[in-house]
Amino acid sequence: MIAGLAFYFFAFVLIAAAVMVVTARNPVHSVIWLIACFFNAAALFLFAGAEFLAMILVIVYVGAVAVLFLFVVMMLDVDFSQLRQGFQRYAPLGGVVGGILLLELVLIMAAWRFAGEAEAFRAFPVPEGVGNTEALGAILYTDHIYLFQLSGLILLVAMIGAIVLTLRDRVGTKRQDPATQIARSSEVTLTRPELGQGIRREDIQRPLPPAPKAAPKPVDHEGGHH
Amino acid sequence: MTEFLASPAGVLALTVAQTLALLVPVLIAVAYLTWAERKVLAAMQLRQGPAVVGPFGMLQPFADAIKMLMKETIIPTGASRLLFLAAPMLTFLLAMLAWAVIPVNDGWAIADINVGILYLFAISSLGVYGVIIAGWASNSKYAFLGALRSAAQMVSYEVSIGLVIVTVLLCVGSLNLTEIVRAQETVWFVIPLLPMFVIFFISALAETNRAPFDLPEGESELVAGFFVEYSSMSFALFFLGEYANMILMSALATILFLGGWLPPLDIAPFTWVPGPVWFALKVAACLFVFIWVRATFPRFRYDQLMRLGWKVFLPFSLLWVVLTAAVLKLTGWLPA
Repeated sequence: MIAGLAFYFFAFVLIAAAVMVVTARNPVHSVIWLIACFFNAAALFLFAGAEFLAMILVIVYVGAVAVLFLFVVMMLDVDFSQLRQGFQRYAPLGGVVGGILLLELVLIMAAWRFAGEAEAFRAFPVPEGVGNTEALGAILYTDHIYLFQLSGLILLVAMIGAIVLTLRDRVGTKRQDPATQIARSSEVTLTRPELGQGIRREDIQRPLPPAPKAAPKPVDHEGGHH
Repeated sequence: MTEFLASPAGVLALTVAQTLALLVPVLIAVAYLTWAERKVLAAMQLRQGPAVVGPFGMLQPFADAIKMLMKETIIPTGASRLLFLAAPMLTFLLAMLAWAVIPVNDGWAIADINVGILYLFAISSLGVYGVIIAGWASNSKYAFLGALRSAAQMVSYEVSIGLVIVTVLLCVGSLNLTEIVRAQETVWFVIPLLPMFVIFFISALAETNRAPFDLPEGESELVAGFFVEYSSMSFALFFLGEYANMILMSALATILFLGGWLPPLDIAPFTWVPGPVWFALKVAACLFVFIWVRATFPRFRYDQLMRLGWKVFLPFSLLWVVLTAAVLKLTGWLPA
């Protein structure tokens, strides 16, 4: 009873927050509502007994992805009136995409509910007495290690692509190389000169003094005139 | 009595009592950490530190708290009021929330959950929101720059903290914090995993925005960084949150590497001391190093900070994860 009420509470807050993501005027507020969505989804995962997924959702989406969203949105200089102008144009498109997604969800849920053999399709039921962290780990890293590595490679390619697209070799940048700096440190030594003697090293190499400018040719003012 | 404790109201009452029993000492520890920091820094700089209020200045934290409460709360014009006030609360709330899973002794955690370490990791990765929201809501350039720095810094160092945690988990075979401590009964992980402990500690400094990584509040260039616009209790909450986070990170270091509540040797004089005392002593030792570092090192430059995180710690900790996994697999020590 209490669990059911709590489930509906979190589900309701999730949907309400999702609506606020779309309708909030300020994009920063939108991102904060999105974070609220993630939290409620994590709570729903906990209700389903998927504690590992719940924590990963918070760590990855709230702790990293949404931070980057917030980062970008805060940096942007958004003109709110311009944003609202586009609403009329994009609303039908958004509605269609949302409608398709809703339809798909309904179809999947209905098929799952009514097909008697649906439960048999569940490829990996959680084994008894094993936490879901271990169960997920066994599936990902033992049963499907090659597929897992392949998806990792695809992500790596995407990352390299993003770097290649944005990397520009700028001229005139001064780079610091800590290795050379540390290696150089033994050349600098402290000495204690004799009092009144000062220090004079013969082998020290200073840059040559600039060459004396060629003396301007003296203009002969004398005797040229008549 | 046992019947009452089994009923829903009893469970609730018990949880509230446990929470108070844990959080009140934590809050007192936060207050005295501010005092200890000033005393230790003063000793290292040949000064006296707070010495006027109470014996050895021991009442100084309470005098400071009363002074903070008396000050006026200023909300800048153009600030986003709700978020401006929510940010310090969030920082403080998260610093307290994480204590729910910390085991102070065998079985003394309020919530002994299976994914305890992930919970802690999740909570600590949320800490950045307090800073970033404060910086944005203040509507001030200094605060905003501090917030941006902080966001980049905390996200960067979380990556290496994650890999350090993975190494420890490889040696334990469980995500439960109590299990992690129990796995160290033969040897504390600080000995076989010493390089990872060093990386964890330095990353913890960066994660808590402490010197030498206190760039988000670098006063020489950003005045006071993300909390420049805050005053009174809203400032105090940031301040307390930072110190509570330091204690939390020290507790985490204690659990992951220093054997939690376990005594250093399992023989007579050491086993007489109860577990929570060992736990507190280890946390205090870590906190001393936090303060010692602050007294010793100058602040990092921003590009050096990023270089250290991404180009030194990340490859090294990744290498160490692979190495640990290989050693465990080849020697057959991999926990079942």
